[in-house]
Amino acid sequence: MFPKDLLYTKSHEWVKIEDDEVIVGITSYAQEELGDIVYVDYSNIYEDGTFTVDEIAKGDAFCSIESVKAVSDVYAPITIKPLEINGELEDTPEMVNQSPFEKGWLLKGKMVNESEKEELLSAEEYEKFVKEEKGE
Amino acid sequence: MNYIPNDEKKIKEMLDAIGVSSIHELFKPLPEEILLKENLKIPEGKSDIEVEKYFKKRAGENERGVNSISFLGGGSYNHYVPAVVDFVASMPEFYTAYTPYQPEVSQGTLQAIFEYQTLICQLTKMDVTNASMYDGATAFTEAVLMANRIRKGNKVLLSPYINPLYLKVLKTYIKNYPIEIEFLEKNKDGLVNFEDISKKLNEDVFCVGIQSPNFFGNIEDLKKISQIIKENSKAILVHTFSEALSLAILTPPGDCGVDIVAGEGQSFGLKLNYGGPYLGILSTKNSYVRKMPGRIVGQTLDKDGNRGFVLTLSTREQHIKREKATSNICTNNGLCALMATVYLLWAGKSGIKKLARRNVHLAHNFLEKIEEKTPIKRKFNSIFFNEFVVSLPVDSEDFYEKCCENGVFPGIPLKWFYKDMKNEMLISVTEMNALEDMEDAIKIFNSVLKGE
Repeated sequence: MFPKDLLYTKSHEWVKIEDDEVIVGITSYAQEELGDIVYVDYSNIYEDGTFTVDEIAKGDAFCSIESVKAVSDVYAPITIKPLEINGELEDTPEMVNQSPFEKGWLLKGKMVNESEKEELLSAEEYEKFVKEEKGE
Repeated sequence: MNYIPNDEKKIKEMLDAIGVSSIHELFKPLPEEILLKENLKIPEGKSDIEVEKYFKKRAGENERGVNSISFLGGGSYNHYVPAVVDFVASMPEFYTAYTPYQPEVSQGTLQAIFEYQTLICQLTKMDVTNASMYDGATAFTEAVLMANRIRKGNKVLLSPYINPLYLKVLKTYIKNYPIEIEFLEKNKDGLVNFEDISKKLNEDVFCVGIQSPNFFGNIEDLKKISQIIKENSKAILVHTFSEALSLAILTPPGDCGVDIVAGEGQSFGLKLNYGGPYLGILSTKNSYVRKMPGRIVGQTLDKDGNRGFVLTLSTREQHIKREKATSNICTNNGLCALMATVYLLWAGKSGIKKLARRNVHLAHNFLEKIEEKTPIKRKFNSIFFNEFVVSLPVDSEDFYEKCCENGVFPGIPLKWFYKDMKNEMLISVTEMNALEDMEDAIKIFNSVLKGE
């Protein structure tokens, strides 16, 4: 499962970039490794849904995902001006397991620095990286 | 675990097996200067009879303290502890300080902690309470650190009337954190200044910490303070207290808009214990539960549908979250929480209110008598629970010493904590202070003041 229209990171996030609109999530491989996800804990957000920061810098953790096995941080693949979190995940965090590339998205926002795109992996590159990590 | 006594021969065999010549060689990696060079100076062993005699004699030195009339408070309160508290806590099924990891063998302890959490939630009107922290000071400090996980910022705005010992613990904890403390101005009435709160709130402030009843016994207007904070910022309001009994009759912090409640639970069935172990109470709103430190016990159903109890939300803790854990405290004062549970159930809903009212009544009665019959004056003109500050016509420490010699602990000389309060003293009254004790105390106050 490596959708061609997405870009990837070595920490197993995917990012969909259309013009300057950005959507971020974790890959199918990442959700498999985590196991059953029980909670998505967003940082940088107030109870009323507004963000505490204007920008999330590339490489900063913007949420942590709790599974029955472990807790892992999710990092911003590029610098993002955050606009929306996936509120559905509050009640149905398992959506990240079931639909990591669609309904299980984590963050929507605007791209800030287009040149950061260059440093991301293509679907082919990421597939190769996962194979190496699995030791195949 | 079995106790394995090793004799010289066995020790030598083991050392030979791993190829070292002496036990001391095992400590070689340690720097020379921290190694102990000579034996500890511990006296030779004594017989049972000798040990018992020795300790009886030492315990006898407490006699004066035990038989004195005491008005000491300031964080530790001399309340009555009914026999049932020790009885239940000493039952072998309960008698452990350890946190029950295995629900299959710990249902009793887990249920007791769950009941404790429920009782504290009822008293505070907060959504969740953890299984307890060490004491009021650690609970308060953990609450400030918790606020810093919820809100960014590097400044905590504190009431100047927080227990100085709590502040000491907070300062120790945050020594290496990028957190700065700013104090609110002192007021003539011994309460925080509302205008000063809104003046000092800015985007750096992530937390406002208020004690109520405060260290001087005065009751703060938490509702108003919360309103001011919510109007001016997103800072988290932490309410701390050292006299938990006040929760029984004051407007619950949960109804005042408090975000985190963190204080001392010693008043609920724990003896003075020479300053500890005590009970750290920490409660918060549902929305902040994942930022909460410590253990939480939850109620669930087993596979047969029976009610059962387990530790829950443990992903916050360090064995899973490592350096990102919400706290290093992975334990709780389980036995103290159990004692508080037994105490609260013994007192009951109306009993605890009656007891709190009795404390208020006695304290006000004593203050009236002091003002009527001695030259000692009340310092602040504010509403108080069972503690108040007085101004003496003399140095408070001298007064204290002389009263102690006459069998009365008159209160805490505030000189010990504040340079500018030489003649002030903090007096605490509980249900343990009989009216005739107050009469006796007043006589002694007067004779000490007259230099008799």
